Amino acid sequence: MSFDTKQIQSIARLARLKLSEADREKFAGEIDGILNWVEQLNGVDITGIEPLTSIAAETNRMRADVVTDGDLQAELTANAPESVMGFYVVPKMVE
Amino acid sequence: MENLVDLHIHEALDLLKKKEISSVELTQSHLNEMEKAAFLNAYITPTPESALAQAAESDRRRAAGICGALEGIPIANKDLYCTKGIKTTAASKILSQFIPPYESTVSEKLKHAGTVMLGKLNTDQFAMGGSTMTSWFGVTKNPWTDETGAYSLVPGGSSGGSAAAVSAGLCMGATGTDTGGSIRQPASFCGVTGIKPTYGRCSRYGIVAFASSLDQAGPMARDVQDCALLLNNMAGFDPKDSTVSELPVPDFTAALTGDIRGKKIGIPAEYRSDNLNADVAAAWDKGIRLLKEAGAEIIDVSLPHTKYALPVYYIVACAEASSNLSRYDGVRYTTRVNGNTLDELYENTRTDGFGAEVIRRILLGTFVLSAGFYDAYYLRAQRVRRLIYNDFKQVFQTVDALLAPAAPTPALTYEAMKNMSPVDTYLGDVFTTPASLAGLPALSLPVTLSKTGLPIGLQIIGNHFDENTVFHVAAALETAANFNKRPHRVVKG
Amino acid sequence: MRYTIQGKTGLWELIVGLEVHCQIISKAKVFSGASTAFGAEQNTHVSFVDAAFPGMLPVLNEKCVEQCVKTGLGLNAKINKYSRFDRKNYFYADLPSGYQISQLYHPIVGEGFIEVTTDRGTRKIGVERLHLEQDAGKSIHDMSPSKSFIDLNRCGIGLMEIVSKPDIQAPEEAGEYLRQLRAIVRALGTCDGNMDEGSMRCDVNVSVRPVGEQTLRPRVEVKNVNSVRFVMQAIEIEAARQIELYESGQTFSQETRLFDADNLETRPMRSKENANDYRYFPDPDLPPVILTDEYIENIRKNLPELPEAKKKRYVDTLGLTPYDAGILTADSETSHYFETALKGQDAKKVANWVIGDLFALLNKSGKTILESPICPEHLGQLVGRIADNTISGKIAKDVFELMAQTGKSPDEIIAEKGLKQITDTGAIEQLIDDILAQNPDKVAEIKAGKDKLKGWFVGQVMRACQGKANPALLNELLNKKLS
Repeated sequence: MSFDTKQIQSIARLARLKLSEADREKFAGEIDGILNWVEQLNGVDITGIEPLTSIAAETNRMRADVVTDGDLQAELTANAPESVMGFYVVPKMVE
Repeated sequence: MENLVDLHIHEALDLLKKKEISSVELTQSHLNEMEKAAFLNAYITPTPESALAQAAESDRRRAAGICGALEGIPIANKDLYCTKGIKTTAASKILSQFIPPYESTVSEKLKHAGTVMLGKLNTDQFAMGGSTMTSWFGVTKNPWTDETGAYSLVPGGSSGGSAAAVSAGLCMGATGTDTGGSIRQPASFCGVTGIKPTYGRCSRYGIVAFASSLDQAGPMARDVQDCALLLNNMAGFDPKDSTVSELPVPDFTAALTGDIRGKKIGIPAEYRSDNLNADVAAAWDKGIRLLKEAGAEIIDVSLPHTKYALPVYYIVACAEASSNLSRYDGVRYTTRVNGNTLDELYENTRTDGFGAEVIRRILLGTFVLSAGFYDAYYLRAQRVRRLIYNDFKQVFQTVDALLAPAAPTPALTYEAMKNMSPVDTYLGDVFTTPASLAGLPALSLPVTLSKTGLPIGLQIIGNHFDENTVFHVAAALETAANFNKRPHRVVKG
Repeated sequence: MRYTIQGKTGLWELIVGLEVHCQIISKAKVFSGASTAFGAEQNTHVSFVDAAFPGMLPVLNEKCVEQCVKTGLGLNAKINKYSRFDRKNYFYADLPSGYQISQLYHPIVGEGFIEVTTDRGTRKIGVERLHLEQDAGKSIHDMSPSKSFIDLNRCGIGLMEIVSKPDIQAPEEAGEYLRQLRAIVRALGTCDGNMDEGSMRCDVNVSVRPVGEQTLRPRVEVKNVNSVRFVMQAIEIEAARQIELYESGQTFSQETRLFDADNLETRPMRSKENANDYRYFPDPDLPPVILTDEYIENIRKNLPELPEAKKKRYVDTLGLTPYDAGILTADSETSHYFETALKGQDAKKVANWVIGDLFALLNKSGKTILESPICPEHLGQLVGRIADNTISGKIAKDVFELMAQTGKSPDEIIAEKGLKQITDTGAIEQLIDDILAQNPDKVAEIKAGKDKLKGWFVGQVMRACQGKANPALLNELLNKKLS
């Protein structure tokens, strides 16, 4: 597998990162190196093996349907770079 | 009286109890030391004023006969733990202004036990790294010096600030987090003790997430007993974290009996490669010999999928991280770099706010989850992860604990690390990631010095929720190894 | 007969599937303890979890799980005893964590169906799945020319996404499917089904193909179709658009379009929706949901009567027509009103009053049945007063009007206005005699065979007594007198 600068561009776009030409080269090269190293996993026989996505006990963990939280408008916006009347503010979006 | 910053927690508790020292004195000595050792850059945010206020409050409580289990003990938190009203940065630019309006469960528990917080400790940015070199606030220096006496060594990471601070006497104990070795490896590099408990032993609530299925909180301190004391007051159920265990937390200090006769200790063959560092190999052999002499039964075991742990780890951890770090977007609590559109704002903010290592991991994680690659990378890695898990489960049917090196080398120099490729730096986690992937408890403690005078740690890996056996074996090894070396006092006096 | 569309080149058929998002009725959000109440001040029903602050973790609300299982049972669906959450990753201002917690790989509810009746008959429309996920917040665009404002109150409210199979063949069938689904969730109390407030939202997948073709052509997802009427319109419009494209020799690929109700068109979305790669993966913060048979059976036992079963009961035991039964069971408020009014009365008659006069009244005043000025008990009493001959059906219409205006009971109005029917034979005979005596010429005409004039006499008598004479009795007595 070879990871090129075009691929890195679409991945960066998905991750909302803006890479300079030089960064694209650098990261593409590094990630290509990592992916080559990771190739060794292709040698493992995984037939019939279920993925292990969590170590946590396989039990339900649920809360009761009770309102316990809220009324935090000031705390929620205290760290915000821009907020007005308790709203977060961002550049105008189109649908 | 000896310098208070040399005390271990259990010793200090004793002196506090006997009223020979006060928490204010103890806290002040550490604050003094912190100031003298500021050049180590162990702290991102020291909080001397609130520390002294907390210490005074603690002394009042003690006078009134109200004592928490760690009453008056000055500790510090890795800057991944959200602390109410105190800046929490994850050592990143993007969170450099963030003041959490809430407290993490673990730091809250420690507060509740009567500890005094000295400040927030440096780490690799978002815990991504093994050196603290990825911190936006600059590297932390290992208090151990090289042969020339220069502070040229990394403290390890990501909990490098924690390890350095404990080692240098800048706090009595510290919280760390361990995703792929971030407690155990810096503990080894700095000659301190640290344990990553079983996944699910401590709540993750309020700890900045790196990789959710791997992240665990754990203590770092000067000995096994101190770690047990700290973990007693960090672990336990939390309704705010769906992955934390409901199991009761035993008193871990009760496991420190010293008698390990008849304990079966496994030595995993796959951890010993031909090019294993000679110092590390020697330390491991010493550990094996000491346990044997203490009456343990040494059993050679095999964990056949060990060598796959590292690539599996990097795929899984980066995949989870790429998603976990999406929330840092310039809208609610991060820095912001404006743009004409929302997407531009996102891109500008994130590109500016994340360091290179974080960006690299987000890119890798995004890639392994992307359409067409999910099965080949992410799913395959999770399948191999199960094989690694099964290896351990198999082995723990015959042994009580495993003994292995914690890191492939003693502390490296900045210069050496700077010139490494990403994959080369990732190799530093080779001994720690298997237990992380399997969610097992593992403790790293120093046993000896390298030929160049640097500490080397070994790790004891136990079965799920069997920290007791880990502590039990570690205490015996600690006694036998009698490692009482400290780095040179940073500033004499 | 399958629904077809006549194009220039021949007949086309429709293949439609619906994805319906239903906001779950619960007090707290699906993964946090913040309130779900509608209409609060911005960002007040928001926890740090909803706003995705660092280190915040989701904890599942048990009520939301129960509501999904309930709905699944109502859709005749398989309840999955093992389900799990996945993250759907994408950036948007109203999605603070950068991912929506959803269920792609292991939904809580599997295949089921809804039975749908239209002019073309009754068909089972398959339900592919129901999964549990979280709602996003809201962006407000009209408060500033250059900025959008973000309110996260809705962010994190539990949603059930109910995905149909592409079994729908006609616009009316889609409309009826949606109506049925709405009736089911309302009857179950799992979603209020309010499409105006957005607690029920619909996306429509539309594709067309020439009759006889076996393969599927690319489908278009039409978003933002938020009423039953719009769903039917959107399908017609989109199908026509696709047919026109094909018939003019063009092709197109799978895409997402937006329904524009003002201009009655679908148009492409400007955002990069189509280029998204959601990178679903299992959410490591949430353990799987494991349900026991006992848990599921318990919910099944306590399910309320569903619209279809109720409709069947109305037809089988109350003797209503399927049409009337369908109307009365379309939502639980109407059936509740009907059943309250029914107490001891004739079902057919009560049904007529509800569907006829009451609906007309509500329609005219723009009120829902819950806001009806006439309570069901009073309507029942009115039907009772006709049955026991206290008033005539005609007088009843007047009483109904007065009930609507005053909110008073029929008995009160009858007493106040002296509307009680005259059923005394003697009194009516007297009235008839008077009228006959005044009109000897007309009497003669009747006797000569002009039977139609009888009606005129009925009218005269009624006028003389302000309509209070029992009509049947009046007719009977008049016939006797004139024979």
